Amino acid sequence: MNIKTARTGGLALLAIIIAMAPIGFTNTYFYDVGVNAMFNAIVCVGLNLLIGYAGQISLGHAGFFALGAYGSAILTSTYGLPPLAAMLLSAAVVGLLAFVVGRPILKLKGHYLAMATLGIGIIINIVLKTESKITGGPDGMSLGNFSVLGFSIVGDRMWYWTAGVLLVLTVWLALNLIDSPVGRALRAVHGSEVGAEVVGVDTSSYKVLVFVVSAVFASIVGSLFAHKNGFITPDIAGFFHSVELVTMVVLGGMASTFGALIGAVILTLLPQVLAAVEQYEAMILGAIMMGTMIFMPKGLLPSIVASVKRLGGGR
Amino acid sequence: MFAAFLQYLFSGLTSGAIYALAGLGFAIIYNSSHVINFAQGEFIMIGGMASATLVGSGVPMPLAIPLAMLISMAAGIALEKFAIEPARNSDVVTIIIITIGASIFMRGAAQLIWDKEFHSLPAFSGESPIAIFGATLMPQSLWVFGVSGVVIVALWWFFNRTMFGKAMLATSHNSLAARLVGIGVKRVLMASFALSALLGAVGGIVVTPITFTNYEAGIMLGLKGFSAAVLGGLGNGGGAIVGGLIVGIAEALASGYLSSAYKDAIAFVIILFVLFFMPNGLFGKRGTDRV
Amino acid sequence: MSLLKVESLSKEFGGVHAIEDLTFSVEAGHIHSIIGPNGAGKTTLFNLITGVYTPSSGRVLFQDRLVSGMKPYELAALGMSRTFQNLQIFFNMKAIENVMVGSHLHLDRRFLPSLLRLPKVTRLDRECRASCAGLMEFVGLAKYLDADAASMPYGALKRLEIARALAAKPRLLLLDEPAAGLNATESREIDEVIKRVAATGVTVVLVEHDMKMVMGISDHITALDYGRKLAEGTPAQVRANPEVVSAYLGAHA
Repeated sequence: MNIKTARTGGLALLAIIIAMAPIGFTNTYFYDVGVNAMFNAIVCVGLNLLIGYAGQISLGHAGFFALGAYGSAILTSTYGLPPLAAMLLSAAVVGLLAFVVGRPILKLKGHYLAMATLGIGIIINIVLKTESKITGGPDGMSLGNFSVLGFSIVGDRMWYWTAGVLLVLTVWLALNLIDSPVGRALRAVHGSEVGAEVVGVDTSSYKVLVFVVSAVFASIVGSLFAHKNGFITPDIAGFFHSVELVTMVVLGGMASTFGALIGAVILTLLPQVLAAVEQYEAMILGAIMMGTMIFMPKGLLPSIVASVKRLGGGR
Repeated sequence: MFAAFLQYLFSGLTSGAIYALAGLGFAIIYNSSHVINFAQGEFIMIGGMASATLVGSGVPMPLAIPLAMLISMAAGIALEKFAIEPARNSDVVTIIIITIGASIFMRGAAQLIWDKEFHSLPAFSGESPIAIFGATLMPQSLWVFGVSGVVIVALWWFFNRTMFGKAMLATSHNSLAARLVGIGVKRVLMASFALSALLGAVGGIVVTPITFTNYEAGIMLGLKGFSAAVLGGLGNGGGAIVGGLIVGIAEALASGYLSSAYKDAIAFVIILFVLFFMPNGLFGKRGTDRV
Repeated sequence: MSLLKVESLSKEFGGVHAIEDLTFSVEAGHIHSIIGPNGAGKTTLFNLITGVYTPSSGRVLFQDRLVSGMKPYELAALGMSRTFQNLQIFFNMKAIENVMVGSHLHLDRRFLPSLLRLPKVTRLDRECRASCAGLMEFVGLAKYLDADAASMPYGALKRLEIARALAAKPRLLLLDEPAAGLNATESREIDEVIKRVAATGVTVVLVEHDMKMVMGISDHITALDYGRKLAEGTPAQVRANPEVVSAYLGAHA
């Protein structure tokens, strides 16, 4: 199968699934879960560029997500900016922040990088919790509807279609990027930094670039999430939200855009399913994380693709 | 002035000692396997919760404490056997997810076996504070210092004076060579998890009379232990101890003189600052990449 | 004209002199070999020339421009590329993509056009894919055009690194033991590849243990021992140098 047909086919399939899924939705709650799944998927497709393709871990991306959400909340509620402008301004600030911290941080490797990104996420979380005059503290903040040029997005259905369009767009952009000179340079950074350097790839700049891009993705989704929910608390910046995002990427399949997407959808739906056995929810979630990683260390999608290839008698 | 400073110092040393034990736990496992065990904090939680609930249900403390240690060690061995060993050769990220999954699992189990309430242990030798230069020190803090000191000395003895301890050190330096001279790497790996779990449990038990514990208590303690280990330089035991004390004291001073709300942030600010200038921590190996 | 000049270059690692006061130059168009026993400092020298390490003292001039202290990617942009003794392949990519990364500097690598897949990016990428396939054929890897790098044998990976380095269109190519670990047939093939590369006008600096290859293809040889220059000259001169014989050839015979 060549790359081009896989790309177009995958995108078409994704669009069809998003369009058809509501046939099975019996009430608006389904739409709500669907929106959350797609929001997570967008963040994860971005995060996967950093983790899966460029091979750099981040345990702090929930911080960028939360900054996007709080940026929108503060700029619209306190300063009366239009939602779109607030979202873009927040994304720009988050991008700048990621750029400034990214340079020194991305020199670190492996567990040291994990520690540093984790620290940044936790610091953001604590600031949001503490600066209650601006952020409302642990009680959180509420904010109004998202609107573009006088057209408001209201209700779970409308959000569903908005998120659907954005997800398809995001996947298209990610697939473009991966199969371009920039994307190859990112993957080369993962493969061998020195190998990439000697043929002219400025590896530190590319690492910063992808760090900024993934942070901006998280920030934009954070803004949209805040408007959709109408209410946010500092918990969205928590360590566990960061871990959740990384788990989605790794569980679905690192270095696979559709894998990251599938991981996001599964881990969003899982708590809904497990709600029935509430007491055991944490244990089952933990067991699934361990089990998948032990038996399918490459993640769900790449492992499934590999075994299908084996069964098909291919290489 | 001085009394206040001394007061902050006491409280910083107390939590610093616990962070140091947690950091040592990270270092021991890291040395034998290059795994960062994000479930280290759960060992501390298990030690505290198990001893507190055992004592609560009428088991005498001298029996409850060793039992709690055994429970924690069993959890450590199970973690190594069922989750780490099968995934030994996986990516750093993959193993991070496994150990985080394990910590979520253990928290879920703790919540189920025990409950969501806070638990405490009676202080080991009374609650009458000791006055020192105008500051007060709880007798339990002395227990924390003493036990941590004894544990550190015992570990030093174990790694430098016993055959098995030396074998563990050898494995950390070169696991292939260790295997060639007949050291069972698998056994070393399991021992490192048991030992780390034991360290965590000891920390959890001695500190529970001061801080109380619940099923979620391991999260922050684990992250602080990781901070201690990274600050000192991964795999450096002495570094982890120094790192733990620095984190503990800095937190206490920051919460005393700056703002208690930013107490937890201080550890991470220090770490980021140190890593910006010393990417391998304070005492880490400065390797040159061989190409 | 000297394309590369190394002037009193030294590198210390914790008090040990890996390279000590080394001076030599490489003429444009030559195949220039660096020889010496294990631990003589050959790979360290490569790392110093290509910017992987910074020298403790001394300097490196490339096309009469001071380049010591520059980053490897900056040197690549000036026309210097290399391969590695321990493979630095992108095992997470296809073989041809490895080579395409090599032409990174010659593509449109702006972020937005890549993200939006603008026609110019696609067109250059298509041309790049074709020329990289050509390079793979040039080094004898035609049958691996569709392969994943991770599935290729060692000997093929050695050549893949050469193809990747060539894709950067270097004026100076440094090859670090391209024949190490290869059997006699494979070595001969690499030998041919190097000659063909040199014939296209690329200057080659070669570190190699295979003396038959070195003596056969080199225009000039510099012999090192303990980080110092032991001798230099044509293959015949170096072969006749008694110090070289005792330090290197003798030790290996």
